[in-house]
Amino acid sequence: MTLDLSLLPDGGVSWLDASGPEEDIVLSTRVRLARNLQGRAFTIRASAHDLDAILECVAEAGRATPQLRGVVVFRLDGLDRLDRQLLHERHLVSKELAGLEREGGARHAAALLTNGDIGVMVNEEDHLRIQVLRSGFAIPEAYAQIAQFDGDIGDRVSFAFHPEFGYLTSCPTNAGTGLRASVLIHLPGLVLTKEIAKVLQGLAQVGLTFRGLYGEGSEVVGNFFQLSNQTTLGKSEEELLDHLGKIVRQVIGYEQQARDKLQRNAPTVIADKVWRAYGLLRYARSLSFEETMNLLSAVRLGVGVNLITDLSVYTLNKLLIFTQPAHLAARADRPLGDPELPTMRASYVRRALDEDAARQQKPEPGTDQQP
Amino acid sequence: MQCDQCGERPAAIHLTQIVDNTVTTVHLCETCAAEKGVQSEASVAKFPLSDFLASMGKGATGALPQGTDSGQCEFCSGTLQTFRETGRLGCPHCYDSFEPHLRTLLRRLHGASRHVGKVYLSPAEAPDTRKPSTTALRDQLRRAVEAENFELAAELRDQIRALE
Repeated sequence: MTLDLSLLPDGGVSWLDASGPEEDIVLSTRVRLARNLQGRAFTIRASAHDLDAILECVAEAGRATPQLRGVVVFRLDGLDRLDRQLLHERHLVSKELAGLEREGGARHAAALLTNGDIGVMVNEEDHLRIQVLRSGFAIPEAYAQIAQFDGDIGDRVSFAFHPEFGYLTSCPTNAGTGLRASVLIHLPGLVLTKEIAKVLQGLAQVGLTFRGLYGEGSEVVGNFFQLSNQTTLGKSEEELLDHLGKIVRQVIGYEQQARDKLQRNAPTVIADKVWRAYGLLRYARSLSFEETMNLLSAVRLGVGVNLITDLSVYTLNKLLIFTQPAHLAARADRPLGDPELPTMRASYVRRALDEDAARQQKPEPGTDQQP
Repeated sequence: MQCDQCGERPAAIHLTQIVDNTVTTVHLCETCAAEKGVQSEASVAKFPLSDFLASMGKGATGALPQGTDSGQCEFCSGTLQTFRETGRLGCPHCYDSFEPHLRTLLRRLHGASRHVGKVYLSPAEAPDTRKPSTTALRDQLRRAVEAENFELAAELRDQIRALE
């Protein structure tokens, strides 16, 4: 089976379009709900027969909801590693569902149902991991969308729910609401002013946690942090989301202050850092993924503080996703290794930045100025 | 970058500490970090719950008793021992099987053990607001017949027919 992401509008990455609020600092907002079906063992204890039945039941119920009518089902256990990695790089599935660290690949009947807006990972650690990704800082919008779907699919299947413990999950850290909301935020100002440790330490004290670009267990690269709620039980969904929203709002404020401070106290250093990064991205012939992420971070800061004006945040967002190994391999239609991979990456980045610069310089049709 | 401690192995853990508003960063290899009791984010993320449970077992409260014979879930035959090892429960019934232990654990993890969020009603429990369910009407009909309330029974019968 081969992966055909053209079945999804925008290839499932419409959240990259930088149309949401605070889009230069907050890349995306993600809300996920963990749900399990009543009367069946959790995924890790379920038999192959159970896993098939779970997938069938969820797919049927999903297709009957207004949101997922005509949904595309990707069977991860039928995809080769590169395709599974591609879905993971695109933030459509978790590393666990993609089976990237499992011997033998993805779990039997591991699947993704998605229409591009709402995704349901089936047979992840929990039977259903429903997720909504939106551009920018948009917690209430993302929750409204997922809550509607949760209600609609919950009318068609029976979820495991306990009057005292709430939604029951395989790992008790997710029990209760089963809700994890996270905001992917870019904090180069706080990193450069060395205030980030203080901010991250403060998060733990207010019941929030941070992770890297790909969620649990992933490293922080390119100054991107995922801030999310730590606990899921004992507070209502609204309280959890409201709290996260307030803290993220504060962190955005700190980041803006840090950027102002940098602009005020070290304008030359910042300008040099930004333009040097832009120059490297524009002309380098070989780029590692980590270097690309760090350079993109500096350029993004340059766009944020209006040093670079002819580059769109959308292009920078796309580069974050499309310069990853499986994405470059998919373009080349074959697995890539060193030294081809860094060379292809550099060439992809050059072309994207050139095209964007050309587009920005070209006047809009009808607004041509006469010489 | 070499490890600050042994100077031999490559540094894998970069520890930033803030003491009295002074930020210090030390670069350590995995071995030296482990000796100093520093866990890398990856190692913490890998088995956070099983470590937590292991430490709980040692605690004075003894929330989760040691040993394999401390109970078994009737539905999935999972035990507290397997839970302690994997950090994952086997099925929804485990929450009932190990209820007192889980209540303590949930309180420690979340600071609370009572769900106060959305209350879910499965399709069987939920009153269907769009269309009255015939199951409920049939139930009422049966009770009406038993109570020999034939007038109500006839009305209910008509309602069921209309719905079907």
